Amino acid sequence: MTLARRIIPCLDVDAGRVVKGVEFEGLRDMGDPAELAARYNREGADELVFLDISATNEGRATFLETIRRVAQQLNIPLTAGGGIRTMEQGRAVLRAGADKVTVNTAAIQRPDLISELAQQFGAQAVVLSIDVKRNGKGWEAYTRGGRDATGIDAEQWAREAVRRGAGEILLTSIDRDGTCTGFDCELTATIARAVSVPVIASGGASTFQDFLDVFQDGRADAALAASIFHQETHSIASLKQFLAERGIPVRLSK
Amino acid sequence: MKISIVDYGAGNLPSVERALGKLGADTQLATAPEHIEAAKAIVLPGVGHFSAFVNGLRERNLDRPLRAAFDAGVPILGICLGLQAMFAASEEAPGEPGLGFLQGEVRALPSNVKSPHIGWNQLRRMRSSELLRDVPDDAYFYFAHSFAAPAETAPTVAACDHGMPFAAVVEQRNLLAVQFHPEKSGEVGAQVLRNFVEALG
Repeated sequence: MTLARRIIPCLDVDAGRVVKGVEFEGLRDMGDPAELAARYNREGADELVFLDISATNEGRATFLETIRRVAQQLNIPLTAGGGIRTMEQGRAVLRAGADKVTVNTAAIQRPDLISELAQQFGAQAVVLSIDVKRNGKGWEAYTRGGRDATGIDAEQWAREAVRRGAGEILLTSIDRDGTCTGFDCELTATIARAVSVPVIASGGASTFQDFLDVFQDGRADAALAASIFHQETHSIASLKQFLAERGIPVRLSK
Repeated sequence: MKISIVDYGAGNLPSVERALGKLGADTQLATAPEHIEAAKAIVLPGVGHFSAFVNGLRERNLDRPLRAAFDAGVPILGICLGLQAMFAASEEAPGEPGLGFLQGEVRALPSNVKSPHIGWNQLRRMRSSELLRDVPDDAYFYFAHSFAAPAETAPTVAACDHGMPFAAVVEQRNLLAVQFHPEKSGEVGAQVLRNFVEALG
């Protein structure tokens, strides 16, 4: 009897559609959020993350409707976020059917946001997302989708966020994101050792071996990936079978 | 008569409502005492903080009708914080009385494990269980909590281990409760809810 390591598909949503960034081409439409959610639910995903990347107010208004439609399809946990700045926005996402809300840029600008959300909804409903780039001395947190350096040490920020009530850390390596060179196990292990809450590794997943590495060497509690699942090159069921055969506790769906 | 889902003001009720609805159960949200007084069964879901939960019940005058329903033998299903609120007290809110349907105190998970305990975990069966009928022994359920009732102090029918053995499923006469979220636990979670609904007849 052990807590299973989780496999979490992540879906980026722009104005009601799941999209994926493609180099030199911009965003490519990957399908309907509710349909993709239902498919992942069936295939044995342990949880889903939906991030709103809409650039317009109209797109953001659509996001809540998307969450509502997706939640109808699911009997697994749903995390949602992207541009959440206030407790009221967090509440709206949870009311729409998400179980957890994820915050990033606004929490760095105003760390009290984490405390407010945790006091209102409980630590288990608050996921702090940190985008990290390796710099000369260590690990630096970035905001606005990895565009802006903050000068803040990622490890210290993770510790502070947990003190304030974050119940999980969603840790993305900007260096690895989209490179298909595997998760940054060193970064993941550093943060996983630093905090008392679960750490979700993200950025760089390409092969089954990458997932095995991040669970073994990276000490990750969960691993998140986007495009490799959307393209159906890797089914979640076969990934979990691969991990189970190598001694990683996973929930195999029957 | 309906199954009343207790609305104390901060829970994630739609998912519980939807999960029961899919099983054909006739549900209503209980926001006032009469919704509890007329209920065939009661579901007490909950997330968040222990004191917000019990205060929410008191502010809506739902605590006394709940006690009356418990005494009258109306089936009550507690989920997550709803299980914890059935105890006399919780370390999360010292000095704040719980519903007191069960003896004992809810405690923080030990500091040598990751907390919150978030994710899918298995159960250790201790006694035969109504809620776990037709559920495979190795089934995984979704947990999300930082506090729990020590297994040995509760009428535990199935325990889970995370730093300490804690009550994952509790059954005592008309009182049924789970620390995990059946509404988020896929097919096996639906089976737990189905067992509750079908036992009502």
